Amino acid sequence: MEETTVNHELLQKLSARFGERIISVTEPYGLLTFETGKDAVIDVLEFLKKDLGFTFLTDITAVHYPEKHALAVVYHLHNLVQRQRIRMKVFLSEDKPVIPSATLLWNGANWMERETYDFFGIRFEGHPDLRRILNMDELGVHPMLKQYPLEDPNRVDKKDEYFGR
Amino acid sequence: MNMNQNHPLLTDNDPQEELVTLNLGPTHPATHGVFQNVLQLDGERIVSGVSTIGYIHRAFEKIAEHRPFYQITPLTDRLNYCSSPINNMGWHMTVEKLLNIQLPKRVDYLRVIIMELSRIADHIICNTIIGQDTGATTTFLYLFQFREHIYEIFEEVCGARLTTNIGRIGGFERDFNSIAFDKIRKFLKEFPDALREFEKLLNRNRIFIDRTAGVARVSAEQALDYSWTGPLLRAAGVDYDVRVSEPYSSYEEFDFEVPVGTSGDIYDRFLVRNEEMWQSLKLITQALEKVEKEPKGIFHADVPEFYLPAKEEVYNNMEALIYHFKIVMGEIDAPKAEVYHAVEGGNGELGFYLINDGGRTPYRLHFRRPSFINYQMFAPMSKGMLLSDAIINMSSMNIIAGELDA
Repeated sequence: MEETTVNHELLQKLSARFGERIISVTEPYGLLTFETGKDAVIDVLEFLKKDLGFTFLTDITAVHYPEKHALAVVYHLHNLVQRQRIRMKVFLSEDKPVIPSATLLWNGANWMERETYDFFGIRFEGHPDLRRILNMDELGVHPMLKQYPLEDPNRVDKKDEYFGR
Repeated sequence: MNMNQNHPLLTDNDPQEELVTLNLGPTHPATHGVFQNVLQLDGERIVSGVSTIGYIHRAFEKIAEHRPFYQITPLTDRLNYCSSPINNMGWHMTVEKLLNIQLPKRVDYLRVIIMELSRIADHIICNTIIGQDTGATTTFLYLFQFREHIYEIFEEVCGARLTTNIGRIGGFERDFNSIAFDKIRKFLKEFPDALREFEKLLNRNRIFIDRTAGVARVSAEQALDYSWTGPLLRAAGVDYDVRVSEPYSSYEEFDFEVPVGTSGDIYDRFLVRNEEMWQSLKLITQALEKVEKEPKGIFHADVPEFYLPAKEEVYNNMEALIYHFKIVMGEIDAPKAEVYHAVEGGNGELGFYLINDGGRTPYRLHFRRPSFINYQMFAPMSKGMLLSDAIINMSSMNIIAGELDA
C-alpha cells in the first residue's frame, strides 16, 4: 500500500512534466512501469536522474515482440536513497530500431547498450563505440530476435503444440 | 582517469619510439578467466586498453526462452560459478515472486545459511587471489581449504559441489541432514580462527599495503556512474546492499552490518570483503538459531503445481504422480506478468528480469550480471596504471568469466 502511494506521487511528477508522453502505466509487483516515445527518452531519463533521484542505472535490455513488429528497450533505474525502482519501456519498430544512447547520462550504459545492440540489433545513436560485445563480429544476425530458432526447427519433441498447447 | 600521474608519457627525446602492444589473455594465468585485454604499453605503464569479452558466451538467455522454469536453474549455476547457490536461489525467488508463493520461515533461514556460505566461498576466492597476485601464495593456500569445507556442506545438502543446482522452486529438494548441520557448526567454529590469521598475515602487511592502498582508486561518483554494485561499490563508500535495501528471504529479521570503505582502492575492497565474511558468519549463526526454533522437517512450501514431488511419492501417490507429470511435461501455466528480482550476489546486484506470457517457458529472461557491468570500467581505469597494478585491480574486481559472458 505504501509503495503504491510513493509510485503514485512519482507518476504525478512525471506526468506533470511530460504529460501525454508518459503512457501505459502499470505496476507489476509494486514496480512502477511506464512507456514513452523514443523522442522523449533522454529527457525523461535526465529528469529521473537529476530531479527525481534515480541516479543509478540498473540495467538496459530489450524484448522482441514479433506479432507487434516491435522491439521494446527496457530501462531499470534505481533511487538508492529512497530505495525505489522504476522501469521504463520504449517501443521501436522492427524496421528502424534506432534510439538515442543513454551513455550521455551514465558511462555504465556503454556495455549494456552494446549487449542490446549485439543481441537485438538496436542502434543507439550517439553511442561512442557501438560494436558487438559477446558474439563474434562476423555473426551477421542478432540472435535474440524471435525469428532465430534455438535449435533445429524440424525437431518435434519440444514443440508446444504436441503438448496440447 | 589518470591513476598514476607521476609516470610520464612518452616524451620527444624518449629512446623508445613506439608503444608495445600486449595481448593480456584470452588465456593468461593472471586474468583468472577467459577474457582478453589488448593493452598499449609504454614500458610498464598502460597507455590504453581495449577489453574483448565473450569467449565463453553460451547464449543462456536464448536457451532460457526454450526451457521450463525448473530447468533454468542449472543455467544460473554457470553464471557466477564461484557462488552458484546464490544464483540458484535468486532465480527460484524470482519465480516465487512471479507466482506469489509465500515460503515457510524455516526455508528462508536455510536459504540464508546456504547463500551466506557461498558468499564466504566467493570472497575467499577473491581475497586469496589478491594475496596470490601480490606474491603471497601462503595466504591463498591457507584459506582456500575452507572453501573446500563449504563445498562439502553443499555436497551434503544437494549432492553437488560447484554447479550446485541447489533447491527447487518453493524450497529445497530435501531437508538438511544432521551431518550437514554438524559440518556447518564445525565450519562456524573453525573458520573464524583461520580468517583472523589470514587478516593478520595481510591487513597490516607493509608490502601488501604498498601494493594495494591507493591503487585503482574509484570515487563514489565514478562507481555509481558505471553502475557498480556489491563490494566494489561499497568500498567506494556507497552503502548499497540489496539485502538491506530490498530484503528478500527474511534478511530483514537478521542483525548484520554493511561494511563500507572510503577510497574505493584495492585495499578497501579487500577489507570490505573480509568484513563481509565476518558478517556472513554472524548471519549463519543467527540463521542456525532461528532454524532451531522453527518446526522441524519443513523444507519447502506447499505448492504442488510447481514443486517437484519426491520420487517415492510419485510412485505411490496419485496426486504426486499427476503433478509430477504436469510439471515435467510443462502443463502448468504461470501468470502473464513481468517481474524483476534482485539478490546480493558475491559480486553485486544479481538481477533477473523475467517476462512471462503465460506459457511454460519464459518469454524473455534477462540476467543483470554484476561482473559484466563492473568490468566495463576496467579498461578506462587502467589508463596510466602500471601493468602489475592493473593485474591486481582485475583480481580485486573478482571478474568471473561465466558471469561476464552469460
